[in-house]
Amino acid sequence: MGEAIAFYSLAALILGLGLAVITARSTVYSVLFLVANFLCVAMLYVLLRAEFLAVIQVLVYAGGIVVLYLFVVMLVNLKRGPEDHADPRRRDRLGLAMAGLVFGQLLAVAIYAFWPSQATGGASATAARGIGNVEQVGHALYVEYLVPFEVASVLLLVAMIGAILLAKREL
Amino acid sequence: MIDYVVIPLVQIAILLVGVLTAVAYLVLLERKVQAWVQVRLGPMRVGPHGLLQPVADIVKLLVKEDITPARADKWIYTLAPIIVLVPALIVFAVIPFGQSVTLFGVSIPLYIADLNIGLLYIVAVASLGVYGTILGGWSSNSKYPLLASLRASAQLISYEVAVTMTLVSMILVAGSLSMVEIVEAQQAQGWWFVFLQPVAFFIYFVGGLAETNRAPFDLPEAEQELVGGFHTEYSGIRFALFFLAEYANMIVISAIATTIFWGGWLRPFPSVEFLAFLDWVPGWAWFIAKTMVFLYVFLWVRATLPRYRYDQLMRIGWKVLIPLAIANVIVTAAWKVLVAG
Repeated sequence: MGEAIAFYSLAALILGLGLAVITARSTVYSVLFLVANFLCVAMLYVLLRAEFLAVIQVLVYAGGIVVLYLFVVMLVNLKRGPEDHADPRRRDRLGLAMAGLVFGQLLAVAIYAFWPSQATGGASATAARGIGNVEQVGHALYVEYLVPFEVASVLLLVAMIGAILLAKREL
Repeated sequence: MIDYVVIPLVQIAILLVGVLTAVAYLVLLERKVQAWVQVRLGPMRVGPHGLLQPVADIVKLLVKEDITPARADKWIYTLAPIIVLVPALIVFAVIPFGQSVTLFGVSIPLYIADLNIGLLYIVAVASLGVYGTILGGWSSNSKYPLLASLRASAQLISYEVAVTMTLVSMILVAGSLSMVEIVEAQQAQGWWFVFLQPVAFFIYFVGGLAETNRAPFDLPEAEQELVGGFHTEYSGIRFALFFLAEYANMIVISAIATTIFWGGWLRPFPSVEFLAFLDWVPGWAWFIAKTMVFLYVFLWVRATLPRYRYDQLMRIGWKVLIPLAIANVIVTAAWKVLVAG
């Protein structure tokens, strides 16, 4: 009962803050709503007994990445709106296509989840493994999914080197 | 009911009152220590030897006019000091002051929560404090605070990396993320971890000085060039919140150093039998005494060392401390796999 109340109020908060992120007038407010959104998601993880994930969510997203966003937003100081393009309907069409894609994906996930044969087994198995546990996350990352993990880290390294190359004209 | 609601609430109340009192007297101690180093007397008027000076300071800060600059962003301007103070206070939830005491037949642990991820919780919560610094400087809509807040956050983010790296090597040594278990591991291994990881302790303490914007890394508040730092435009109670947060953070850094490196509530030489008479002093007294030593070092450093230049600060952070911390992690991991098995 208490868990349900907590979940639904958190879910409402997350969605509301998400809306606030995209409707806020000032970009700085937008970033702040995003931080609050991430904190609520972290609480959702705590509710799921995934404390480790919750703390990582706060540490990496709220405490790390969004701080850099805030830096950029503050320094650029967007007062003007986005530039007008020659074709005014272009953005509408692009937005419609993106929305259609996302809707299709959600639909596919919903169909997959409610498909009678597979859905229940997968969900309970992950819950039983206890994803909050540091050892289990470590085992999953460094043993079971070692190759994807390393590939992701190489990708980040490439992005980092690329950023340095772009920022420094001459090395 | 009593176990889950009343006792934690009482604990939290005592802790908050204790921390805030400690902060008030830390300010007085700072003024006194600075004065002694400079062969002055320091505050002497209010109470015997100025002992009631904190009360006078608090009254002054509460009564002063609370000004909001006309072109400031009102909401964020109000929010910033709160964002700075709250993380500094909630970190205390996982710091163990001692094992447990028995009062009226009820065993009460001397910590509010023993999270299985305590150390990560501290790092995560502490990383949120930087928002207050950035937003306070930005929302004032004034040049010097903005410059200072950019400096402060760049400094904080840089040194956070090195400090977190040293904590990784401490986790490797202790084999746990829980603050209580880290202290128990020091008891089990018979060493305070500072003797196993002196390099880590050095990096941690230097990083701690930088993260709390203290001398010699007090560039964000360099009065000579930036007026007063990111809180230049603040006055009255909202300025007091920034002030509180800075000193609360000093206590946090000292308390974590005590817990992880200097044996927490353990007596000196926990494995030496004939010093067992030292157990007569309760654990929480050892903890507080050790924390006080670090706080004194904070003040002593401020009175002694000149401020770094900005480029020196960044060079030390990125080219000395971070590589050293990463090397320390690698050596510790190798030692753990090859020697300790």
